[in-house]
Amino acid sequence: MAGIIGYGAYIPRNRIKVEEIAKIWGADAPSYKRGLGLEEKAVPGPDQDTITLSVEAARKAIARAGINPKEIGAVYVGSESHPYAVKPSGTILAEAIGATPEVHSASFEFACKAGTEAMFVCLCQVESGRIKYGLAVGADTSQGAPGDALEYSAAAGAAAFIFGRENVIAEVDETYAFMTDTPDFWRREHQHYPRHAGRFTGEPAYFKHVLGAAQGIMDKVRMTPKDFTYVVFHQPNGKFPLNAGKRLGFAKDQIETGRLVPKLGNTYSGSSPMGLTAVLDISKPGDKILMVSYGSGAGSDAFIFTVTGRIREVQDKATRTRDMLDNRKVYLDYGTYAKYRGKILKAE
Amino acid sequence: MANPARYWREIPQRYRMEAGKCTKCGRVFFPPRLVCPGCGSRTFEGVRLQDEGSLLTYTVIRVGPSQFADQTPFAVGIVELDGGVRITCQVVDCEIDKLAIGQRVRLEFRRIQKQGDAGILCYGHKCVPC
Amino acid sequence: MRDVAILGVGLNKKWGELWSMSLRDIYVEAALDALDDAGVDHIDSMYVGCMTGGMFVDQEHLGCLMADYLGTNPVPATRVESACSSGGAALRQGFIEVASGISDLVLVGGVEKMTDVSGDEATHALSAASDMEYEAYQGITFPGLYALMARAHMHRYGTTRAQLAHVAVKNHRHGAMNPVAQYPFAVTLEEVLESVLVADPLRILDCSPITDGAAAVILCPLEAARKFAKKPLVKILASAQASSTIALHSRDDMTWLESTAKAAAIAYRMAGKGPGDLQVAEVHDCFTIAEIMVLEALGIVERGRGGEAAASGMTALGGKIPVNTSGGLKSKGHPVGATGVAQAVEIATQLRGLAGPRQVPGARIGLTQNMGGTGGSSVVHIFEAV
Repeated sequence: MAGIIGYGAYIPRNRIKVEEIAKIWGADAPSYKRGLGLEEKAVPGPDQDTITLSVEAARKAIARAGINPKEIGAVYVGSESHPYAVKPSGTILAEAIGATPEVHSASFEFACKAGTEAMFVCLCQVESGRIKYGLAVGADTSQGAPGDALEYSAAAGAAAFIFGRENVIAEVDETYAFMTDTPDFWRREHQHYPRHAGRFTGEPAYFKHVLGAAQGIMDKVRMTPKDFTYVVFHQPNGKFPLNAGKRLGFAKDQIETGRLVPKLGNTYSGSSPMGLTAVLDISKPGDKILMVSYGSGAGSDAFIFTVTGRIREVQDKATRTRDMLDNRKVYLDYGTYAKYRGKILKAE
Repeated sequence: MANPARYWREIPQRYRMEAGKCTKCGRVFFPPRLVCPGCGSRTFEGVRLQDEGSLLTYTVIRVGPSQFADQTPFAVGIVELDGGVRITCQVVDCEIDKLAIGQRVRLEFRRIQKQGDAGILCYGHKCVPC
Repeated sequence: MRDVAILGVGLNKKWGELWSMSLRDIYVEAALDALDDAGVDHIDSMYVGCMTGGMFVDQEHLGCLMADYLGTNPVPATRVESACSSGGAALRQGFIEVASGISDLVLVGGVEKMTDVSGDEATHALSAASDMEYEAYQGITFPGLYALMARAHMHRYGTTRAQLAHVAVKNHRHGAMNPVAQYPFAVTLEEVLESVLVADPLRILDCSPITDGAAAVILCPLEAARKFAKKPLVKILASAQASSTIALHSRDDMTWLESTAKAAAIAYRMAGKGPGDLQVAEVHDCFTIAEIMVLEALGIVERGRGGEAAASGMTALGGKIPVNTSGGLKSKGHPVGATGVAQAVEIATQLRGLAGPRQVPGARIGLTQNMGGTGGSSVVHIFEAV
């Protein structure tokens, strides 16, 4: 059975707190923290982008998979902040990990679920037998417009997964997609910042698709929430995943391990994938994991994984996600954050 | 500075730290060479550099060259990677006032330069404190 | 091999930001000054030391350009490039051409026009003296490279920040007496130590400036010169050059200027002299730390003791061996290709007894040391009053 044979994540070391952003725009920090369920977010350095984060996450995945990168047959990066509009992030990633030249690549985009799209396609290629290993990365360094609600949560991070048929650590039992045309959040070509439709991004968007995909996949395999050890939802803020989980009938402690957003922020295409890496870091053989992503526009991908006996051998082969989340953080002031994110620029 | 062909040619070194080891005297060169300045031999085998090392010396650039003008202040050092090869690279994710000679560092993949808003992006490695 | 003499020396009127003078103007002004000083009206060959007419003013084919504008066609004219030691390397080529008997009157000029580009662009052009793909690519600058050397030297030998500053103070004190200098004024130790940081630990007053300027000398065989020289002659006792790695990270010892030490050894042997015989020297103080390291590499002081020497007064006018009486690169300025030739102009002036308030009394033996990049190339000349 095909599944994940290696995984890795990367979180930049910089953070900015909600208070620091609120101070600049005259917002009430405590109410933002309560409303968003979030305290701080990860900020990429001025020399970090979706590609650099992908490389670091992928190197960890390769270390856990223990494979020769030359045998990777496809490298896909899903992001809404690809550094090039034309030239796939995967070309640089594949070159950096030594997978070239016999390798497929393309950039994936579906707002925050581009990463899970990449995972789905790699899985299918492996299951079909066309490729031996596939590398799928969900990574983003997305921006929120200054003073906008999204500025508090738009963060940076990456998660990488290698799919294969041998030495699997998490078998893929089932997949499911639920997608409609729902214009809740978008970015037009040549625009720097995305736009969103306010409260419309809730019920008709996030909740409809996440709940639709979760219920859809559970119905397909005739499972219920109590059959799962963990569930990982897309995490645009601290509250939505808790709300979704509650409505579906999951308990909070099934959700918490994979819910990184209060200290990480929303890593967009990295969001549920990074949550999955945090779960894999501490999972045990036999654990069942449900992962449901969400991408605005809109759609959700659902995966059901069963953790295998091999998980224990690989967890410590690279830095664990919560270790990167909790340790060696550097807090930035708003000015440094604005400089790093290119919101303020020197004149040419 | 970031002409595509000139940049692309060095990718094996910039992305994968590929070096050359003289098959006669064993010295390792980064980037690889055509002739060994030590023993004059012309045959080499490909080797990869280690990704950890020690900081031999460092400075903080406060007046930067044009491509780096918006990154100042930033630290640059000479790192002796485990295995003996020395490289010049930036030191990032660190408190630039608290670097020390002998400090252990590790290489990370980063974007080194951008050629303006429309030119190519140039990648490579910088080091971070271990 | 014939003995070679300096028959005449020249500089353009003033070094600094010369808005109304172009690259060719500056070179020609210095060359005419040297030709007048030598009392000759023709030459057999000429050299142009210049680091990069291309990156500063998009001009190459400099031998041809300068010969044309100096009116010396059809004599051969050759551009010599060795980064910041272009001038010294040009001098060596001119010396070889006369010593070998190929030519009798050779003009060696050095020039750089640096102010037609912005500060950022100038920094970029200067960085071409380093390994572009493996040093400059990473964001290091020239002050940065010398800062790496300074920190290593301070760590290993205990050289202090104040000792570095003493070099700048001394060179400015000398330069204040040099009417051609870009910054002919004194600076205090406090001013140096409080000046803005450029690349820790180096501050702006540790760094030589961006300068437009030129220098020139006329070389001829010594024996023939004795017959018609109008001014005291200066003999070139030694002309030596040595190479080291281009990248600082490739050096065996980052705190030691191997190319200077090697070139000096050859020069001392050629001249039959040692560091103890030197009475005046012009060395490459592109940054204060450089002068300190050069004193060690020349054998004037023991390895590691350059900082103490700089602070002791030993290398100031009035001291045991005055270094950089012209003001050095720091106060006089550093039009890159001109520096190596200007050093020879100053030493010749000293050995002729014509240095006025900067004169080292009774100086008969002098040395110039010119260096490219972080020490990837060094040129050392030794001169004797005739």
